[in-house]
Amino acid sequence: MKALRNYLDRIKPQFREGGKFEKLHSTFDAFETFLYVPDSTTTSGSHIRDAVDLKRTMSVVLLALMPALLFGIWNTGYQHYLSLGQTASFGQIFSFGLWKVLPIVVVAYASGLAVEFIFAQYRKHEVNEGYLVSGMLIPLVMPVDIPLWMVAVSSIFAVILGKEAFGGTGMNVFNPALLARAFIFFAYPAQITGDTIWTAGLTKGTGVIDGFSGATPLARAASGAIDKLPSMHDLFFGFIPGSIGETSKLAIIIGAAILILSGIGSWRIMVAGLLGGVTITLIFNAVAANAYMTIDPLTQVMMGSFLFGMVFMATDPVTAAQTNRGKWIYGFLAGFFAIMVRVFNPAYPEGTMLAILLMNTFAPLIDHFVIESNIKRRLKRAKAVV
Amino acid sequence: MSEEKIIKEKDPWFSPRNFKLLKNPLNLENPVTVQVLGICSALAVTVQMKPAIVMALSVTVVTAFSNLIIALIRDTIPSRIRIIVQLVVVAALVIIVDQLLKAYVYDVSKKLSVFVGLIITNCILMGRLEAFAMANKPWPSFIDGIGNGLGYGAILVIIAFFRELLGSGKIYGFDVIPKAFYEAGYVNNGLMILPPMALMTIGVIIWIQRSKNPVLQEDN
Repeated sequence: MKALRNYLDRIKPQFREGGKFEKLHSTFDAFETFLYVPDSTTTSGSHIRDAVDLKRTMSVVLLALMPALLFGIWNTGYQHYLSLGQTASFGQIFSFGLWKVLPIVVVAYASGLAVEFIFAQYRKHEVNEGYLVSGMLIPLVMPVDIPLWMVAVSSIFAVILGKEAFGGTGMNVFNPALLARAFIFFAYPAQITGDTIWTAGLTKGTGVIDGFSGATPLARAASGAIDKLPSMHDLFFGFIPGSIGETSKLAIIIGAAILILSGIGSWRIMVAGLLGGVTITLIFNAVAANAYMTIDPLTQVMMGSFLFGMVFMATDPVTAAQTNRGKWIYGFLAGFFAIMVRVFNPAYPEGTMLAILLMNTFAPLIDHFVIESNIKRRLKRAKAVV
Repeated sequence: MSEEKIIKEKDPWFSPRNFKLLKNPLNLENPVTVQVLGICSALAVTVQMKPAIVMALSVTVVTAFSNLIIALIRDTIPSRIRIIVQLVVVAALVIIVDQLLKAYVYDVSKKLSVFVGLIITNCILMGRLEAFAMANKPWPSFIDGIGNGLGYGAILVIIAFFRELLGSGKIYGFDVIPKAFYEAGYVNNGLMILPPMALMTIGVIIWIQRSKNPVLQEDN
């Protein structure tokens, strides 16, 4: 480690003003602060002093995503061998999953970071670390059979139009990872909807054992086959087809625990999202106009990407509501709409993505009214005293 | 009409001032990207290039001639009913254009459907009539109309180019993406066909234009 530090210190002057690689300053800076906590401090004004900067924050989120990623890799292999009707050892399953998932992760990171670096050089600011999380979230919300070039195009789209157009990390209106998924969803619908895409190498009817359909629980529920839903055990542990990171609720709950304990993810949004989802499901249960509406709240919440979205996407500190009361409203409506879209609109088998993107749009408005009402309340109190 | 400024001095037909009327709407005073007018039709007719070009030409013709006619009769229009008079002139021109399109390019005319008729309500037209033709001589007004029509058309064609290329793999109706690409797994981008992408394309054009022209950037 010492040698690395020394090496960085030795080449540092070349990236300073007047140095040989002055233009690449932000690139150097990005790598240096990625490896080490920066030693520079601000010289004026008052600042909140904290041990974690943005990079450390992002590292915790990455850590929280690890269980979902590891399980996703395993499940990719598991579903594959299940569809073939073969038994395979843990090592085989995991290495097959790795072989499928790792390229998606690499492509998502490489394409998105390339855009970030280009913009940072062009605008002469530092490379921001927000993409470390987005680049991990993008693979986790993709089906495993997605063509890699689509992952690249959507990552580039999300970074340019979702982040850089608004001014970079911290200025974006929409969650970049969700934007990438929404882009693929509308641009290449054949590659992201249907029954066959969720299992690696699955094509209709070839080499697949009888009775394996590859349909996600959501697809089964949407077609009214609610008696064919996987057991609660499978839903919870995640032995079901689905996007790479969304299947295991256990892994997501571990991630949620890490986020809440470290204070990085907002528990208010997560709890409010669950409440919203449960509320709309109870309303549906009361109406019960079709089979989909009769599914109980627990199963609804366990299906699809609901939990994943509420834990990792809705809590994005940049795009979520900032005020505490705002977080309750924001989370509640996100959960509410997620289940509503899923049940009402047959064209959209899952509503979490659309619901969170919609609420991203409204988050500033919610904050505005929360603050306004606060001001009004305090003015009233002040007047009462006078 | 007394309060409106009228260009008094004699200008040669292609004076620098008149040339500016033609050039400015193409960039710094672009009706779509700077004044943000006429957006609806820009979204609606830009899926393919052919309708976009026809639409651009139609709007150019209508703006130019309505500007000319209004400028000719500007001193005789009572101020209180000027909008009605302007609308009558525009409507007459639009009907002529619509009939011409139906007669000579029927398939495109069908694709453009109501949007030719809706040129009447195109904000660019009313804007130019109110802001320019009512206060200027016929010739500069005519040039101004052509300039603004072309400025609108240029944006339309740029958007249509990208939407048709990425959305359908064609340019002006001809396949340009080789078959081998599709066989290798390339898929046309369905989002490009949808109207939101036209809006995003306009957004990107505005973004590029503004970063190239500091004049257009507001102070923070």
